[in-house]
Amino acid sequence: MSAPRPRVGRERPAGGFELYSWYFFRISGLLLIFLAITHVVIMHVINTVDEIDWNFVADRWGSPFWRAFDWLMLFLALLHGLNGARLAVDDYIRARGWRIFAHSILWSAAVIFLIIGSIAVLTFDPSAFQAASTAAGS
Amino acid sequence: MTTGTVPTQERGPATAGTRGIAAYRGYRPPVGMLSWALHRITGLGVLLFLLLHIVDIFLVGYGPETFNELLFIYRHPVFRIGEIILVAGLYYHAANGVRIILIDFWEKAYRFERQLFYGVIAVFLAGFLPTAFFMIRAMVR
Repeated sequence: MSAPRPRVGRERPAGGFELYSWYFFRISGLLLIFLAITHVVIMHVINTVDEIDWNFVADRWGSPFWRAFDWLMLFLALLHGLNGARLAVDDYIRARGWRIFAHSILWSAAVIFLIIGSIAVLTFDPSAFQAASTAAGS
Repeated sequence: MTTGTVPTQERGPATAGTRGIAAYRGYRPPVGMLSWALHRITGLGVLLFLLLHIVDIFLVGYGPETFNELLFIYRHPVFRIGEIILVAGLYYHAANGVRIILIDFWEKAYRFERQLFYGVIAVFLAGFLPTAFFMIRAMVR
């Protein structure tokens, strides 16, 4: 007979939203290892902030693949990060009023940053600016 | 969020009257506590940068003048050092995240708590040292 397993790690929640967020935290984490490290290697090692400018982004987002890549990373990283912040809030903020306040901030941040990030990634249209600069340059 | 059942340890050689940070002199935190604290700090740090990054990439939609004008911030030496620290935090968070998932889904992982943590440090260094080398080389060139 084996000894009972010690309680290690964050206890898996019994069900409901907390269990879904527990699984989401781990699955999004695994996907983000691939997405974020690819992103870091391309944008910070192969290229650097010296090369990256508006034209670089316009070129890159000419490809639907990189737009999809960036949007998926935005979605997963934002929700993964804010879920982590939510756990920190649950750990440290005890007073009911402050908890409601902190959770409201986090959920609002999720909605607002997801909207502005999605607008940036999905609606960006360089042709208007490029046409303007060509006209100005000629 | 608890990461480990290591019993609370004595605070090393500190005497009962010691106060403040000096009370922790000689205290070796158990690896579970250390990895947990680093995971949380790096996680919140990367989240903070992510929010800033979403705002800056939103400015791409305002055209090349607006976006390129603000790039001097990211090219500032202080930000480039910060960029390397950000990558360090991200790599640690990624490596330690795998350790957390192993502990969650592999029944016997807790027996290798110390070895797994050293594995995290090894994977972190194997990824970070070459990355930092290339980033610093690009910076000083």
